[in-house]
Amino acid sequence: MTDTLDEKQTPFARNPRHFGIDPDEPWPDDVPMDQDDTRWRYQGDPKGAKKAERRIAAAWTVTLLASIGLAAVYVDGANTQLAGLCWGLAFGGLGVGLILWARDLLPGHDVIASRGHHNVSSEADRIAVAESLGRGLDPIARRPFLIKMLGAVGGVFGLAIAFPIASLGPRPHRNLYQTAWGKGVRAVTQDGTPIRPSELPVNGILTVFPETNPADALSPTLLINLGDADYETPPQRVGWNIPIDGKTGIVAISKICTHAGCPASLYNVVTHQLVCPCHYSTFDVLRLSEPIFGPASRGLPQLPIAVDAQGFIVAQADYSRAGGGPVGPGFWNRG
Amino acid sequence: MSTTEERIAAQKRLRAARAGTDTIDERLGSSKFLTSVLDKIFPDHWSFMVGEIAMDSLIVLIITGIYLALFYVPSSKEVVYAPTSGHVYIPLVGQKMSEAYQSVINISFNVRFGLIMRQAHHWAALIFLAAVFFHMARIFFTGAFRKPREINWIIGLLLWQIVALEGFTGYSLPDDLLSGTGLRVIYSIVESIPFVGTWLVYALWGGRFPGTSLIPRLFVVHEFLFPLLIIGLLTAHLMILWHQKHTDFPGPGKTETNIRGSRIWPQYALKAGGLMMLVSSVIFLLAGFVQINPVWIYGPYQPYTVSAGAQPDWYLGWQDGAVRLWPHWEFRSFGHEIANPFFPGLLLPGILLGVMFAWPWIDKKIYKDYRAHNLLDRPRDKPFRTGVGAAAVTLFSLLTMASGTDIIANNLHVSYEAIVVALDYLVIIGPIVAFIIAYKACQRLQEVDFHPIQRPVGGVIYRTRDGGYHTVGDVHHGPAHDVPAETPTDKRGSGDDGVEHGSEKSVPAPTAGD
Repeated sequence: MTDTLDEKQTPFARNPRHFGIDPDEPWPDDVPMDQDDTRWRYQGDPKGAKKAERRIAAAWTVTLLASIGLAAVYVDGANTQLAGLCWGLAFGGLGVGLILWARDLLPGHDVIASRGHHNVSSEADRIAVAESLGRGLDPIARRPFLIKMLGAVGGVFGLAIAFPIASLGPRPHRNLYQTAWGKGVRAVTQDGTPIRPSELPVNGILTVFPETNPADALSPTLLINLGDADYETPPQRVGWNIPIDGKTGIVAISKICTHAGCPASLYNVVTHQLVCPCHYSTFDVLRLSEPIFGPASRGLPQLPIAVDAQGFIVAQADYSRAGGGPVGPGFWNRG
Repeated sequence: MSTTEERIAAQKRLRAARAGTDTIDERLGSSKFLTSVLDKIFPDHWSFMVGEIAMDSLIVLIITGIYLALFYVPSSKEVVYAPTSGHVYIPLVGQKMSEAYQSVINISFNVRFGLIMRQAHHWAALIFLAAVFFHMARIFFTGAFRKPREINWIIGLLLWQIVALEGFTGYSLPDDLLSGTGLRVIYSIVESIPFVGTWLVYALWGGRFPGTSLIPRLFVVHEFLFPLLIIGLLTAHLMILWHQKHTDFPGPGKTETNIRGSRIWPQYALKAGGLMMLVSSVIFLLAGFVQINPVWIYGPYQPYTVSAGAQPDWYLGWQDGAVRLWPHWEFRSFGHEIANPFFPGLLLPGILLGVMFAWPWIDKKIYKDYRAHNLLDRPRDKPFRTGVGAAAVTLFSLLTMASGTDIIANNLHVSYEAIVVALDYLVIIGPIVAFIIAYKACQRLQEVDFHPIQRPVGGVIYRTRDGGYHTVGDVHHGPAHDVPAETPTDKRGSGDDGVEHGSEKSVPAPTAGD
């Protein structure tokens, strides 16, 4: 099956003139070989050679001094700038010296030689390797049952040895949709103190965390005192804010951007817009925190909040679909 | 010239060298191989150095990296910064941070030469990737990926991807605010993959972001898995290069079948060693004088804070830029969703990479050229390919620029929205314009210039017994360098044969579009 290579089938047969010559022809030495192998730049110019030698010596002297300097810098407290200078000079002097030595005093600059081989084998060798391969392939191909069996066993065993990968992490579950907020969970600041509504001035903004698990990465929430701004409230979100003097007052918005999960932490008090500095998604807080610019396509979810008996701000519940949840960027099962 | 003493000394040295090579040969039978190594010829062109610069930076990276690994603590355990000895960075005192971040602060301030090693490591990584990009561009524009070198093109692209990931994992190890933000974005991009996204992130992060598993895992990947892959693939890359021999530009005395340049011994060995020293020199000068990634200023990572001007390292800027510019599309139906970051974060780079992997075969189809080549194309001779390359470079640059929209907006005093909108249009128009300009420029250059292979190749001049001259092996004459054959004893040794002159007409001028 191997000795009838169809000329039209193999790419090589389509272009038998590899590099323009037949691979079975000897590779031509089409130019004089080794024409400049022994000459060097200052050959026959002892003065120039002496000068070149001095240049190289000067470069390496720089390395020598810089090495001593490096030791001094290390002992003297390792100043980073001086260390960089010494390292740089030491490496630089060595490199310049080596390159000058090769350029000025050593032979072998400009040599021409045959490439020597074709990167391809002769026709006989190609037939031989295909035959070697065929010697094993033929008897193997005679047992189609075993081949199919091996394929099936390999597939099942392949799945079996993938099991250790499952230990890398838990399977995704409900907590994809949940944060640490819940009914009555107090909002606390970075240092763990609870907040009263009166502590947040108009147009004030504060990042708060659920007291029960402040480190949870999906829970950071922004409290914004909107004052008397005209906050759009759909029916299912009525009563989710803490009104002050009968005005809109304080609302709680998820700080986690719905695009890529960075904290949307830049707040423009004039336009009431939140901007995420990672990819510049911009959200209009007054209009359900819907995105108005950038790559985000969902609004920041709103957290229902209230005031507890002690006068501190608490959550009424976790983020929910009614409030635009779940929190954070999208995923396949988010729905 | 040489004195007797010099000759005797040379013979002595030869005997010593012989003793050395014989010792090895008696064990390995290596003399033939060693001869081919020492006599190997590398062509000389400045652009061939770029890949070498990448390799030299890699060596600096490995050495500085081993040093840093001796001090780094791969742990997410939360500690409060309160050092009792050594230099203390006052603004961080009392702050909660991971042990990993604390160890990086410690390397920076309390390990002598630790900071310069850290900065050298980071600078070397940036230079490494810059060299990789330039190397890749050189290969593309000169057609060095053509048969028989497609395998090395594939290996090179794989190397680029792994090296970029290696850079990203290294950038993430200090667990500072900037890198933590980067990890958050990557988490979201992986999470957005249809079907398997959430499973994948939970497996990689060991649960929900940020968790405590990632930093130790990143350390294993950055220190072991990726370096192993890089060194393995690079070895294959270099062995194939060695075996196939380097490509060269067409020029006087150069053909598909010969190679012209300097020998490895002693020319190339010393020059390559010198270049490695110079690359190290530049890296350490930068490390000493130009601050990079000052993680103590960024602070430890907190999921609820972010600094303005959050950018990845430059080589991932194009992907971050794509994520910024992509329209706000998401597909939601039947209770499922393909989230926005998937398209610019994975789909777009995937498609672009697919085209790059397939390019050697696309190129074959375009030019109907299935033959092997050792001589490179000049970019102008392949206007379409050069145009595609120019478009790709333009797209890459514009996307990289997009990852700095906030910085550009700040410096130009323009709103960031304006910059984003402008770039949204530019990433479509820019590559098309670049293609057209490059294509036309190539055609124009072809008209005004001649291919170097058409220039005299310096044939051998023979003087006949009766005083006449004639030239052998010099049949190509570029009209621009044409020397009229006034006398048969032309001192410049150019063609003197009227018949051969006539043949210049038969050398076809390169045609537009090829």
